[in-house]
Amino acid sequence: MPSEPLVKLTDVNFTYDRRPVLQGINLEIPRGKVVAIMGLSGCGKTTTLRLIGGQLKATSGEVKVDGQVVNGLDNDGLYALRRRMGMLFQFGALFTDMTVYDNVAFQMREHTDLPEELIHDMVMMKLHAVGLRGAHKLMPSELSGGMARRVALARAIALDPMLIMYDEPFAGLDPISLSIVGELIRTLNDALGISSIVVTHDIQESLKIVDYVYFVSEGKIVAAGTADDIRHSKEPYVHQFVWGEADGPVSFHYPARPYGEQIYAEASRAR
Amino acid sequence: MRDNYFSGGLRGLGRRVTDRIWRLGFASRFLFATLLYSGTALKRFHLTIREIYFTGVLSLIIILVSGLFVGMVLGLQGYDTLQRYGSSEALGILVALSLVRELGPVVAALLFASRAGSAITAEIGLMKATEQLSAMEMMAVDPIARVVAPRFWAGVISMPMLAALFSAMGIFGGYLVGVQLIGVDEGSFWSQMQASVDFREDIMNGVIKSFVFGIIISWIAVFEGYDCEPTAEGVSGATTRTVVTSSLAILAADFILTAIMFRGA
Repeated sequence: MPSEPLVKLTDVNFTYDRRPVLQGINLEIPRGKVVAIMGLSGCGKTTTLRLIGGQLKATSGEVKVDGQVVNGLDNDGLYALRRRMGMLFQFGALFTDMTVYDNVAFQMREHTDLPEELIHDMVMMKLHAVGLRGAHKLMPSELSGGMARRVALARAIALDPMLIMYDEPFAGLDPISLSIVGELIRTLNDALGISSIVVTHDIQESLKIVDYVYFVSEGKIVAAGTADDIRHSKEPYVHQFVWGEADGPVSFHYPARPYGEQIYAEASRAR
Repeated sequence: MRDNYFSGGLRGLGRRVTDRIWRLGFASRFLFATLLYSGTALKRFHLTIREIYFTGVLSLIIILVSGLFVGMVLGLQGYDTLQRYGSSEALGILVALSLVRELGPVVAALLFASRAGSAITAEIGLMKATEQLSAMEMMAVDPIARVVAPRFWAGVISMPMLAALFSAMGIFGGYLVGVQLIGVDEGSFWSQMQASVDFREDIMNGVIKSFVFGIIISWIAVFEGYDCEPTAEGVSGATTRTVVTSSLAILAADFILTAIMFRGA
């Protein structure tokens, strides 16, 4: 069933410590597409990603990846599914005690019995794809933020996954690294015929590369559409987000009682 | 008002106690999981050997130097006491028994907890804080099997060897001070030691002690690292807790083990 979406979330709710984090999320990631999940920090984007990866279990609803219900899988089933997924963490999450080469080879050595010569060729191919074949001997501490993100990307595609999840791939990058990583996300997605989910709040960079966008606010999907739909959206929250306005549905001020009332109360207490 | 303070205090105390019990239960389940997933650490033994290098071999300097000084002090203090009773030739027995029964396992364990235990906690804690453990999980590799178990077994294996080296170095220190410096008869120093130190009663009991301490330190160190808050403060707090909890646990376990082992001796 190639037309069936690769990832499908149906009425997903997630509660942490009695606090609702996600409420009634319905979302689809079609095969071969790059889909962004956007929203402010703490709105539930990363939680959505972790539900898809099975690191968290939905309180209710159904999370389906490639026809399998993730929140119904046992540990072995989950690990089998994860072998077909790649994930890029916010700051790369490279193993700091291993070289770039060993980081990329990690999954190949853990999950396959391939001879070391073949692993070498595969690692070099993956590193070449992200432009860092020459950096294979370096330690993660010797890499810049952008390079670390690219190595993590090479590691994420090590076993040719069907889906790559990116958690804030643009955070803290210089403009050149930012566009390199953006380009790579699009190119790898199309060249490898995979699907990608990009969780980000970097609107300008991500709108250049994604096919579809979901906007999350306070645990709910508030808008969805193509990059052009989002750019021209009249929805106040999306408009504020796209144009980076300081005030709007997301208020500049942290909730507090009226200023005059507070000053009056403090003055009468002082008296 | 006073009632409120009293009941509030009591509630706080109760919460702290139940929290501790919950944590102990979680730590026990964690130890069980570590043992259950030890297959990788033992099958792919090179992973454990690598950790033995970091925890055991790199602790050698502090263990050997401390052992030498503790032995030298034992030589001085022991001679001073024994010569009052005219039995200074028994210095060899005093140094050897103190070291193999008590000081070797206990002091080496305390040093090991501060040197290697804290390093294990900090390393695992930082791996958690930088999402390396999550990344491993997402790569379908269990961090307990790949990260925790090799470090746990490395600690358990290293500890008895380090304690034995500590004792050996201590005996050499005692010999340097007692025989070479003070002039106790060399023949009686070694022969009395050989005659009075029992392999099973003294040496094996010391080895068992250090093995138990190895389990305690490694368990606490890996658990604190794995369970810590993934922040700078969380990792630093966990590292401190490893040293404090391990030290207290070593001393308490030493008392219990000594009471069991040397009851009739």
